[in-house]
Amino acid sequence: MLVDDTNNSNSDSSPLLKMKGLRIEGLSDKGWQEIVCGIDLQLNRGEILGLIGESGAGKSTIGLAAMGFARDGCRIIDGEIDFDGIELRKAPEWQKRKLRGTRISYVAQSAAAAFNPAHRLIDQFTEGPVDHDLLSEVKAKEKGRALYRSLDLPDPDYIGERWPHQVSGGQLQRMMVAMSMSCEPDLIIFDEPTTALDVTTQIEVLKTIKEIVIDKNVAAIYITHDLAVVSQLADHLMVLRYGNLIEVNSTGQILKSPKQEYTRNLLDARSRNEKITAQIPNPKTLLSVESVTAGYGKGPDILQDVSILVERGRTVAVVGESGSGKSTLARVVTGLLPARFGGIHFQGEPLPDELNNREKQQLQKVQMIYQLPDIALNPRQRVRDIIGRPLSFYLGLQGKEKEQRINELLQQIELPQDYIDRLPGELSGGEKQRICIARALAAEPELIICDEVTSALDSIVAKAILNLLQRLQNELGVTYLFISHDLDTVANIADQVVVLYAGRVAEQGSKSAVFQPPFHPYTRLLLSSVPEMRQGWLEETLSTREAKAGIAREVKITEQGCPFAERCPISIEHVCVGSRPPLQTTTSGHVYACQHAKKVLLRESQH
Amino acid sequence: MQKTLKNLSSAPLSAKFGMVVIFIYLVVAIFAPLIAPYGEREILGKAYELMSSEHLLGTDNLGRDMLSRLIYGARNTIGLALIITALAFLIGSLTGMTAAALGGWIDQLLSRIVDIFMSIPALIFALLILSILGTAMPYLIGTIVIVDSTRVFRVVRASAMNVAVMDYVEVARLRGEKLPWILRKEILPNITAPLLAEFGLRFCFVFLFISALSFLGLGIQPPTADWGSMVRDNATLISYNDITPLIPAGAIALLTVAVNFVVDWMLHKSSGLKDVS
Repeated sequence: MLVDDTNNSNSDSSPLLKMKGLRIEGLSDKGWQEIVCGIDLQLNRGEILGLIGESGAGKSTIGLAAMGFARDGCRIIDGEIDFDGIELRKAPEWQKRKLRGTRISYVAQSAAAAFNPAHRLIDQFTEGPVDHDLLSEVKAKEKGRALYRSLDLPDPDYIGERWPHQVSGGQLQRMMVAMSMSCEPDLIIFDEPTTALDVTTQIEVLKTIKEIVIDKNVAAIYITHDLAVVSQLADHLMVLRYGNLIEVNSTGQILKSPKQEYTRNLLDARSRNEKITAQIPNPKTLLSVESVTAGYGKGPDILQDVSILVERGRTVAVVGESGSGKSTLARVVTGLLPARFGGIHFQGEPLPDELNNREKQQLQKVQMIYQLPDIALNPRQRVRDIIGRPLSFYLGLQGKEKEQRINELLQQIELPQDYIDRLPGELSGGEKQRICIARALAAEPELIICDEVTSALDSIVAKAILNLLQRLQNELGVTYLFISHDLDTVANIADQVVVLYAGRVAEQGSKSAVFQPPFHPYTRLLLSSVPEMRQGWLEETLSTREAKAGIAREVKITEQGCPFAERCPISIEHVCVGSRPPLQTTTSGHVYACQHAKKVLLRESQH
Repeated sequence: MQKTLKNLSSAPLSAKFGMVVIFIYLVVAIFAPLIAPYGEREILGKAYELMSSEHLLGTDNLGRDMLSRLIYGARNTIGLALIITALAFLIGSLTGMTAAALGGWIDQLLSRIVDIFMSIPALIFALLILSILGTAMPYLIGTIVIVDSTRVFRVVRASAMNVAVMDYVEVARLRGEKLPWILRKEILPNITAPLLAEFGLRFCFVFLFISALSFLGLGIQPPTADWGSMVRDNATLISYNDITPLIPAGAIALLTVAVNFVVDWMLHKSSGLKDVS
């Protein structure tokens, strides 16, 4: 692998990108601290390298350094960055600017934030090649349309004329990938391009990336914390932690025989650890949502005729893609959004629709944990006040008693007692989420609504949070309404599963009934879209019927017929579009909405 | 206490300068009767006497000691500006945060009322009200407070809006917290940075506004000393190449600059901005 590349910098045998002893410092409250500690890296043409690790591992910093760039508050202090014979650390700014965009391009995590909302998509596509004098505007637009077509984007001739807010999140991310190809670079850096997406959309974006990289023989650095995703693409993997290299090897080797403990932890974090539902003698209904229809303002019904039963001491998971109405359901239960029709019973008594009409005691019994702990904790309040407020508000605890209870709660969420005087800014993401859990527990609730509580966390941290939630349920008997789009997470924690699609219940029942054949066609699509930790999974999935029928279509709310019909591989012509699917109930309490009989679904599931 | 001292010593030069200036102004304002060589309203000699050892800055158009009036003027003008700014902030931030937290028709109503006030130029509005009601102190204060609270309202509402959509505010609402608690504990601590900046700016504007009104004869009424009216009273001297009228004007300018230096620094600190270099 070591080739002397001082003279023949353009030969194909020399690596495209070479980093040696790269060290980068970042500015923190304690002054300059090393965040990348001596990394060596080598990337050949046409190869994909996966950088993997938790947040704070230095992945993005290394990715940006490959362009000779350091963010504000960061500085490269040592090492070599050699891109195709050009030493980027010594290169003058104008030379680096010429490289960026033309020979190295960058795809950011959030396409929604990376596109300029004030320009049409095609104009942003042409900006690179036109500014760098590579193509005329007309030629660049032509190229854009050709690229959109080859990537199977809908309506390729005109989609570029739209504004960024007029296309869906997944499409926007794919437009971003297309844009990175506008100057035909040698190297593309992908920084968590699918992390914010649904599993179904993720597949489409992965497919696009794979096509681009392989067809055009581009080299790529793919940054992510999700091993399953990156193993679909990368030839080699680098595992990083706190700016240090843990392990580097071919993807196959890492998956099969990881050498380091930390890598094994990363692999384990994705493995299923299914909860076995314990029998509860004469279960009592805690919450029942009865035929609820709800929507915002004068808009359409986001939830249509949704009924859900939650038993005390159980975990009911609500799953579905974005736009399926999961969070709206949470808002209805908490009283933030009064239902248009239908109602909610809690502990056998009707719960007022409006938050303002609920009594303190009713509010106390339903608590909520949010997706983003960063904005769920007031940055100006100390842990003492955050956890202490529900204690004094609901239970009237003061002084010593209160302090003691706060310490107990900190112990329960496995945080040291001296955290009591910290501000949220002094906590990590996982610790913040633990504080949110403690705040919910402080109220001594019956029901905790968990809205995507692990989606924003790294896999290892997420797993620890799930274990904590499960332990608390075992010890305290709390009930969870667990909203998630991640089926792995749901499999780990749920007893009952409700699958929502376009505001309607597609299927609900015990986890075993929902996650085992016969499948509802939508559940099957979701299950088959969850990346598996093995190479070749992506190709297999893309060749299935579900993929061809339309993995990533926007969730559309329909007034009549089955909303899933146009994505369904087994929809019955003229029937599914026209009439509502009947709710079918089987003996075990498993309910699903489909025209097909159970026998047919079972047969189809074996395909 | 130690922490505060440490904070102060780490301030940049501009902020230190500002703090020293403000401190001097405060001392002068508070201890005016002890510092001033003569009384505020005493007529001591001829009009427009030149600077001398007896009258360090000369005398004004009525033969009163210029330095003494400057010192008493600090007390009147700064005191009044502080009272007005504080009141404007009380009203403006209360209504602004309420509008942001509640939204809906309350927000609409308050915002439209503010729009109406904002559509009339401040000075003309004040002149109109003061000509109708007269120039007694309560009317003067009330008029400027109303005008300025509308400006505060807009700034506070805009920054509070960004905070009100945060999940932690929703948590408080779900807990059943009442409005005052949400405003005081959840929203206010998170908008202190823009509020501070606005306070400094607003204080200067109010200060200039009072001086402007005094200059026009509708502000602080004689014989009470005030920097704005002192400029007007002695304005004719400019024609004779005498800088006396510029001294009270300079006092106004210096304080304005000093306050802004300090506010800039506090804003920089509380917004968590860090120097990168």
